[in-house]
Amino acid sequence: MPTSYYLTLSFVLFLVGTGGVLLRRNALIVLMGIELQLNAGNLALLAFSRALGDQKGHAFAFVIIALAAAEAAVGLAILVALFRSRQTINLDEASLMKR
Amino acid sequence: MLFNLRLIPLMPFIGAALLMLFGRRWKRDTVVLVAAGAVLASCFVAVDAFFTRLPEAAEFGGLTDVVWTWFNVGSGDTALKVDLAFRMDALSGLLCLIITFIGFLIHVYAAGYMADEPDYARFFAYLNLFCGAMLVLVLGDNLPVMFVGWEGVGLCSYLLIGFWYTDKANADAGKKAFITNRIGDFGFLLGIFLLFQYGGSLNFPEITAGATPSSALMQPFWLGQPVAFWAAVLLFVGACGKSAQIPLYVWLPDAMAGPTPVSALIHAATMVTAGVYMVARLHAVYLLAPAAMAIVAIVGAATAVFAAVIGFAQNDFKKVLAYSTVSQLGFMFAGVGTANFDGGIFHLFTHAFFKAGLFLCAGSVMHAMSGSGDITRMGGLAKKIPWTHGVFLVCWLAICGIPIFSGFFSKDAIIAGAFATKVYPENLAWVGKLVAFMLMAAALGTAFYMSRLYYLVFTGPSRAEPEIQHHIHESPGVMVGPLVLLAIGAALGGFVGIPGALVEHPELNVIAHLFEPVLGPELEVSHGVEIAFIVISTALAVGGMLLAWAFYGRGYREPAHQVAFKFPRFVALVRDKFRVDELYDAIIIRPLRRLAQLLFQLVDRVLIDKVLVEGLGAVVDVFGRIARFFQMGDAQRYMAVFAIGVAALVFFASRPPVPADLKVTVEGLSVQVDARRPGRASTRELKYSFDFDDGREESQTAPEARHAYRQPGRYNIKVTVTDARWGTSKSLNQKVEVQ
Amino acid sequence: MGVLAWITLLPIAGAALVMLVPREEEAIHRGLGFGTALITFLISLLILGDFDAAQAGFQLQVDKVWIAPLGVHFHLGVDGISLWLVLLTTFLMPLTLLSPQAIGIRNIRVREFIVAMLLLEAGMVGAFLALDLFVFYVFWELMLIPMYFIIGIWGGERRLYASIKFVIYTLVGSLLMLVAILYLYVQYHAATGGYSFDYVELSRLTLPQIPQLLCFCAFALAFAIKIPLFPLHTWLPDAHVEAPTGGSVILAGVMLKFGTYGFLRFAWPMFPLAAAEMAVPISILAVIGIIFGAFMAYVQDDAKKLVAYSSVSHLGFAVLGIVSLTEAGVQGALYQMLAHGISTGGLFLGVGLLYDRRHSRKLADFGGLWARTPVFAACFLVIVLASVGLPGLCGFIGEFLVLLGTFTAQKTWVGVGLAHYLWGPKILAILSATAVILSAMYLLNMFQKLMFGPIDKPENKAASFRDIHGREIWVFGIVIVTALVMGIWPKPILDRSEKSVQAFLSSYTERLKDSHRNRDAPPHLFPAGPAAGVAAPPAGGGGAQP
Repeated sequence: MPTSYYLTLSFVLFLVGTGGVLLRRNALIVLMGIELQLNAGNLALLAFSRALGDQKGHAFAFVIIALAAAEAAVGLAILVALFRSRQTINLDEASLMKR
Repeated sequence: MLFNLRLIPLMPFIGAALLMLFGRRWKRDTVVLVAAGAVLASCFVAVDAFFTRLPEAAEFGGLTDVVWTWFNVGSGDTALKVDLAFRMDALSGLLCLIITFIGFLIHVYAAGYMADEPDYARFFAYLNLFCGAMLVLVLGDNLPVMFVGWEGVGLCSYLLIGFWYTDKANADAGKKAFITNRIGDFGFLLGIFLLFQYGGSLNFPEITAGATPSSALMQPFWLGQPVAFWAAVLLFVGACGKSAQIPLYVWLPDAMAGPTPVSALIHAATMVTAGVYMVARLHAVYLLAPAAMAIVAIVGAATAVFAAVIGFAQNDFKKVLAYSTVSQLGFMFAGVGTANFDGGIFHLFTHAFFKAGLFLCAGSVMHAMSGSGDITRMGGLAKKIPWTHGVFLVCWLAICGIPIFSGFFSKDAIIAGAFATKVYPENLAWVGKLVAFMLMAAALGTAFYMSRLYYLVFTGPSRAEPEIQHHIHESPGVMVGPLVLLAIGAALGGFVGIPGALVEHPELNVIAHLFEPVLGPELEVSHGVEIAFIVISTALAVGGMLLAWAFYGRGYREPAHQVAFKFPRFVALVRDKFRVDELYDAIIIRPLRRLAQLLFQLVDRVLIDKVLVEGLGAVVDVFGRIARFFQMGDAQRYMAVFAIGVAALVFFASRPPVPADLKVTVEGLSVQVDARRPGRASTRELKYSFDFDDGREESQTAPEARHAYRQPGRYNIKVTVTDARWGTSKSLNQKVEVQ
Repeated sequence: MGVLAWITLLPIAGAALVMLVPREEEAIHRGLGFGTALITFLISLLILGDFDAAQAGFQLQVDKVWIAPLGVHFHLGVDGISLWLVLLTTFLMPLTLLSPQAIGIRNIRVREFIVAMLLLEAGMVGAFLALDLFVFYVFWELMLIPMYFIIGIWGGERRLYASIKFVIYTLVGSLLMLVAILYLYVQYHAATGGYSFDYVELSRLTLPQIPQLLCFCAFALAFAIKIPLFPLHTWLPDAHVEAPTGGSVILAGVMLKFGTYGFLRFAWPMFPLAAAEMAVPISILAVIGIIFGAFMAYVQDDAKKLVAYSSVSHLGFAVLGIVSLTEAGVQGALYQMLAHGISTGGLFLGVGLLYDRRHSRKLADFGGLWARTPVFAACFLVIVLASVGLPGLCGFIGEFLVLLGTFTAQKTWVGVGLAHYLWGPKILAILSATAVILSAMYLLNMFQKLMFGPIDKPENKAASFRDIHGREIWVFGIVIVTALVMGIWPKPILDRSEKSVQAFLSSYTERLKDSHRNRDAPPHLFPAGPAAGVAAPPAGGGGAQP
């Protein structure tokens, strides 16, 4: 399969993730959107890595996976805290800065 | 060296320090012993210095003692070097003797007078501090050191007037004294600066030596007057504050709120005479400016008359004496202002004795009268307190100027000197005569109000409440002793300054002889004038006493009632001291306070803080509000904006560059232009427009163009390549020269 | 490492140490804080031993490369101008920490308070010693932050308002100064090809007239706000009133001096032409400040505000002395700065003590305290009198010299091209000499309202209203002894600053001539820096009528 297929898939995945992040109000979905974006990035990295025959892309992908795990952990912890204090994870409700 | 001039002021300072630190824990006797002992010790040193050491050193300008350099700045001829140094010559020596001796007597007196005071340690600490400061004032070798004493005595005066601080009136009086003095100090400081700038030194000997008619002090300065005039006038402003002269005299009567020994020591004998001392000290400067001396003399004489008039109608024992002090200080200034420096200081000397005596008598009388000083409620005290009465009698005769008593000699010397002085130039010659006549009026007034005081207090029946009458008693020995010593001084003190020239024995005038190296030769008064004024003075004194007898002999008499009945408003005006305090309050103090309030509310709080500072803040705030509109606080919307921004950025940043490069070949008058990218040819659809700088342009899709110029010259060829697909373009130009 | 680096860094180390001690051990925090400050003071006394009064230039220099690519050096040095200010800082800090009232009545977070004070000390000492403009700016901002917290956390009711006002005011000035510093840096590169923030180097740079004026204004604004010069003073009463006692003491005692120090160290030597052109407006503002501050103090009913406004008045003298450009004036200005540190520091300690006892600063709430607290009243009286400028106490020397210097400044002013204002110096001196009267008015008024009269408020009779005792006696005793010694024996201080002041004046005159010659020429380096250590003859100080 040509590299462009992978890249297209990656782009579509990223768009789906971005849409989730931008449009959804449920914080959990937003987090999942971010995960999707990160994995789209992973896919692109791996595709290029394969195409160019270079292992650095794989290495970066691992870094991103680790980062995604950490981010998910922190993000979920924030969500739990948010839910505890507000009984909701709707982002529109969590708007202390907004007047 | 065992002997040191610095010991004289130092010992009272040590006493004060000890009393402040430990006095509260000491017994009363210890406190008195330390306080009086300190002054007595410095009295001994002063006596030793004055009588045994000074005669040897007199020809070298007196004894000096440099402690250390206080401060110095600059170098060369503009350098200012101020030593913490003391100097004793005849003038300062005499003052030292007066201060330490009378100071000691008053310490002893106060031991009795303040016997019931719980806070006596503080009182004696202040009193010692005062003696030290006063000694610094007179012994200071230069103006700044003198100023230390000058302000120091002002401070002590402030503290002692407000000694009974729980009464607001006392504290107010102290504050008034300090601030009025500070108004004078304002002038004093400026005078110091002027003297320094043009005289080049602040040392008394150097000032005296430098004050010659050819010095820089005689340069015209302002309003056609020389520097010396302005320096002298400014310094005199300081003297007016300290010595309670018009217009700054208002604090002295209020200062009577302090304990009576304080009034005697500070507000009669010593501190208030500092101004006279200063003028005498700087006589060389004053002699350069006769006009300034005329001002000094006229202000002095006017004060003498004015205060004497106010003295007519005062009903408080100490207030009468206070105005009397103001008036007598006026005499002294009239003396020094007519170049009769000996006379002025001589009167200072005699006045110290009789006025201190009078004040201490006042204390003794008030002591007897259970603390009241209202003379309308006294009378007939002569028999009940005989010692006090005797002392008062002597001092009364002395201040009135009855021959052989001290005041006679000194007052006569001043009046005759004023009449005979030749210090003024032609156009001011009237000043001496005018001053002499004013002083004669003041002398008559003095005799009148002092006699009124004497008659109302000591003669006739008692007008006091029976309750108080019952308690009247003579003061204890510790108070009477100093009184008697002062009375002796008041009676005999005048003999140091008898007009010896009259009997062809000028050396009999000890004081003039003593001062000759310091203050110059004695003022020459012709025999006729001298004799005439002896007669006139005596007549005025006796006349004043008789007049007062007619009004007040053995209590209030008919004429006194008649005057009060006929001119009630005038009498009330005099009794209210011509309402000068109220005037100052209305035209200076209250407007000043209101101005300050206004400035605070309007300028500081509103104009600066609200308009300027918070105005700037408001401008920023407006911008902030506008910016906040975009700051909706929704992370998702931020992200949307972010995503759009990134997309736009990527779009614009990733547009390919326009592939073009300019190559121009010149062949004679024609040029061949090629805008192609070198190497691989571009497949994009590009538009090329050529501008050949001679008015002709071409647009085409081919990158090459030829052009023939009509005439040779320098041209700037410009090619614009446009890429319609990405909306980019690129301009290239090159200068060519065609022949 | 040199002694200067020690006294700069020791407080930071002390602060770190204090942070390590658990929060509950407040006594240890106080002890450690005081100990650090005291040791710093003792070490700073070593400077006196090594300091050579006969030299005008910088001494005991520490010079280490800090950020090599930018040409930043950790360069410290002391001369006669900064010497006593550093000692004033290291002297006041242990004194303040010794006072039990330093933290004010919000007695919370003692540890953080001590840390803030120590960092403040490091910032102040560093800023006085810094000879590298980068380092100077770092320390300059370093002292701002702790003061912000000191006011904002331990302050009174309106502490937030006051602290924000303080920070914004100060930042406005200091950011402009930063711009000017960077401009100098760039111009220095243009003139020499090298990069340096070094003070000695940058102060040799002669700029053309317009940039000089702009840079001067940027520097002068930063300093004028700190002093504060009328009309930039309105942050001061608010900051002082809200700050806890320790903050007020340091703010008034040391921080305000950075304004006048900056004038002396940076604004005048670096931009001589602009300084000469702005001398008249600045001196007029100084005189307005002197009188206006006194008037403001006169109408205050809040003791702390009164003292704060008195600072405006007193520091006006320091500015006036500098502008006079006579040796007496500049020496007097320096002395006035020191004396003001002692006397106003003492006043704030006293007012803080009353506030601590009584939780009020209103004059009307007091009265008759002399009977209640005689020792305190006597100490306070001495401090008040020192502030009034009574001869024999510290306040007099500075005022006298400044007035004398200003009064006799004609010749100098003509020398620097201010010939149009022949009567100017005299009029300025006469106007500002009225402060002699005004200061007595407002300070004695305050003293009377606090101490005299009957005790008519029941709170003042309470048993908790004790006279000073224990550590407080030490604090006030040290203050009044210092005030007295400085009043009767100022010579050691003046001697050590004399040479530097003379060098300041002579190099100013030289640089001014150079600037006049090159009004429009591109920036260039003046041959010898102002700190080259050449003690040239002084540039005047009075003399005969021109």
